[in-house]
Amino acid sequence: MALQVNISKKFSGFQMKVEFEMDGGCLGILGASGCGKSMTLKCIAGIEKPDKGRIVLNDRVLFDSKKGINVPARDRHIGYLFQNYALFPAMTVEDNLGIVIPGKKKEKGPVIDEILQRFQLSGLKKRYPSQLSGGQQQRVALARMLLSTPEVILLDEPFSALDGFLKDILQNEMLEFIRDYGKDVLMVSHSRDEIYTFCNQMVVMSEGKSLLQGNTRDIFQNPGTMEAARLTGCKNISAIERLGDYELYACDWNIRLKTAERIEDSIGYIGIRGHTLIPVSQPGENTMKIRLRGVTDTPFERQVIFHNGEESDSKQIWLIQDKKEDIPLFIQFPKEEILLLS
Amino acid sequence: METLLHTIDFSPLFLSLKSGILATVLTFFLGTAAARGVMRLNHRAKSVVDGILTLPLVLPPTVAGFILLFLFSLRRPLGAYLWEHYEVKLVQTWLGCVMAAFVIAFPLMYRNARAAFEQVDVTMIYAGRTLGLSERKIFWKIIVPMAGPGLASGTVLSFSRAIGEYGATTMLAGNILGKTRTISVAIATEVAAGNWEVAGFWVLVIVVISFLMVVLINLVSGEGSKDFSGWR
Repeated sequence: MALQVNISKKFSGFQMKVEFEMDGGCLGILGASGCGKSMTLKCIAGIEKPDKGRIVLNDRVLFDSKKGINVPARDRHIGYLFQNYALFPAMTVEDNLGIVIPGKKKEKGPVIDEILQRFQLSGLKKRYPSQLSGGQQQRVALARMLLSTPEVILLDEPFSALDGFLKDILQNEMLEFIRDYGKDVLMVSHSRDEIYTFCNQMVVMSEGKSLLQGNTRDIFQNPGTMEAARLTGCKNISAIERLGDYELYACDWNIRLKTAERIEDSIGYIGIRGHTLIPVSQPGENTMKIRLRGVTDTPFERQVIFHNGEESDSKQIWLIQDKKEDIPLFIQFPKEEILLLS
Repeated sequence: METLLHTIDFSPLFLSLKSGILATVLTFFLGTAAARGVMRLNHRAKSVVDGILTLPLVLPPTVAGFILLFLFSLRRPLGAYLWEHYEVKLVQTWLGCVMAAFVIAFPLMYRNARAAFEQVDVTMIYAGRTLGLSERKIFWKIIVPMAGPGLASGTVLSFSRAIGEYGATTMLAGNILGKTRTISVAIATEVAAGNWEVAGFWVLVIVVISFLMVVLINLVSGEGSKDFSGWR
């Protein structure tokens, strides 16, 4: 499977401009709510029309504004799993699946029974969508989509309607089903956890623009830009002044820091993830005396918010630590964990 | 009472039912199709087309009757054409009753259908498209069933309006006993002739039918509706 997307569209007062390629596996688009992720999927599926650009799926041009090509959604062979699953409420499970299968009613029966069994839905044939649990609805929607034999599957915030425990189970289950069918997936999510867990490739989107594309682990490890760092969950970001090849001054935290990596001229910010900061008991290199601002406990970890203890107007920094540990007096910024950002 | 029933000519009842049912069938399909068509227009075109389609609802029926007469009179081009080529005549005929009832009842069906379609989540349409279904299948198999209660109440309302139609009917179809005299026309005629008992009988018939229809609407559209117990 190969999908190339390069589109722009103006809507509700902002300009969307997205460019990426995928050639199989699972690609995730990570972006904040309202950044144009869902609109991107809708353009690919043919539900919305981009103003300009080109969409190509397996050498088939689906959209080309220059050549005036715009293949209707029904002929694109792109599966779309809607956030609310979009099961047809006036139809039973059986009919929801059957409507997708071409041919006579008699021929549909065995196909429906087989897919119901595969998706652990046997016995629910005669139920209406409103009589199903969230997980069952999702499986019916997935089964229905796979019956339409799509070349690629688009998932729009697939797990946002589910909560905690159920979510973890369903996430795994769903991706297993999709893998069973050998389909490639393009999903959008605002959850970095979801993208990290399921997508080998990712695109970072901010304010309608696709910022960068790459291997998911690489991007999380080295986001490269300030926006990407923020979207991948890095809360501690500071503007910098470059002092040398391996030394900088973090303006927001009022501290001189040494880095392991060479600081290029394009670097304007640094970031450091809260769980990579090291609590220490005495001053030293890359170490800051802290002034405690507050502590918030989540079920399994503690977030410590602090300021530079020697500079009153420095911005706050988050430390994430195990609950068993004590709140430290000093914090060390490990050289090799400092993210250099442009 | 017995003698009254024996003296009454029941043809207006059958005529009303017959033309009412036929007009309702027409209204159902054309009103639903019109609502679908209007839903696909952009906002500006929608306002104008909607205005035209709703007009018979707000105009006095005599005005609608006048316009129908103006179109279908044998002395006018359209009426003459229909008569010459298809031997179809609407003036002073039973077909005229159907046409008048249809035109007056149409906006009720159209507006109810449109309101019902507006309630349908558009993602259903998108989902149908991405699943490869034709627009026709999406509309008749997915949207119409979802809009079911609204369409049903529109149909019943149209029927009640159609069997009671008076103004446009007398203008276009006239008042010929056994041919174009429907119940509502009969009531006016009997009153004019001083036959209060007969007129009263027809009034009773219309009241009963209309009441049953309204109860029916409440039953079909109340099914599966929201919980209103908070109002009590």
